[in-house]
Amino acid sequence: MDKNSREKLFACITATSFVLDDLRLYLDTHPDDQEALDYWKKVQRVRNEAVEEYTKCFGPINSYNVDVNNRWTWVDEPWPWEGRC
Amino acid sequence: MWTYERRLQHPVNIKERNPRLAQVIMSQFGGPDGELAASQRYLSQRYSTKNRKVAGILTDIGTEELAHMEMVCAIVHQLTKDITPQEILEGNFERYYVDHTLALWPQSAGGIPFNSCFFQSKGDPITDMIENMAAEQKARTTYDNILRLVHDHDVCDPIKFLRQREINHFQRFGEALRILLEEADSKNFYAVNLDYLPDMCK
Repeated sequence: MDKNSREKLFACITATSFVLDDLRLYLDTHPDDQEALDYWKKVQRVRNEAVEEYTKCFGPINSYNVDVNNRWTWVDEPWPWEGRC
Repeated sequence: MWTYERRLQHPVNIKERNPRLAQVIMSQFGGPDGELAASQRYLSQRYSTKNRKVAGILTDIGTEELAHMEMVCAIVHQLTKDITPQEILEGNFERYYVDHTLALWPQSAGGIPFNSCFFQSKGDPITDMIENMAAEQKARTTYDNILRLVHDHDVCDPIKFLRQREINHFQRFGEALRILLEEADSKNFYAVNLDYLPDMCK
């Protein structure tokens, strides 16, 4: 996978996570809204797939999922606050 | 507990450095209506709240505020990254720089250090929800004030995102207040502290 597909996949994680972040707050105060619950399920599935694919190809975004061989790789990649430029 | 996710809630990628703007935006890290105060307000209030839905909204909004704090810090960091002594002087950044170099430290734009008196955790859920609604509005006003001074799209974009979140949180706290009143005991007619009623007639 190239840089372009990495950025696309990461953007998908950002977007779907945000939908869930906002829905989570809505569901906290509307726990029986069936339409919102269905939307949660749908977006949750897309996010899970994107995170799984990203982790497999480019490494984990959560340190519980670090695969250890001969080196601890969690601290090798840039941190999110560094920005792209 | 919390775990760290290696991503910002909304991307921050700033190309042009601007220490003068950084000094203003840093208020939303450690200032009176900043994200640090917001996160600590909600995460402190939640323990004594007996209403489960309200405790949930406090936990989840408090957690999101931690992510907003990270975004504000990323903006300040990128606006000041590797600035030269000359840029520090031209951008009026020297009084911050002398104590903190280019590190992040929670203070207001005017240099007042972070203080937990910026927020309240009162132990009365109605009092707290109204405090929280006011806090979201104050933060929204601060972002409005910041936006008037920003002309760089790279900075505007994440600030507008953060501003919008204040509005959503205000809405959710309003609903939390409604839930508290709906679920209150009818014997407690005046809705005196719903979480502490040692004197109420049995």
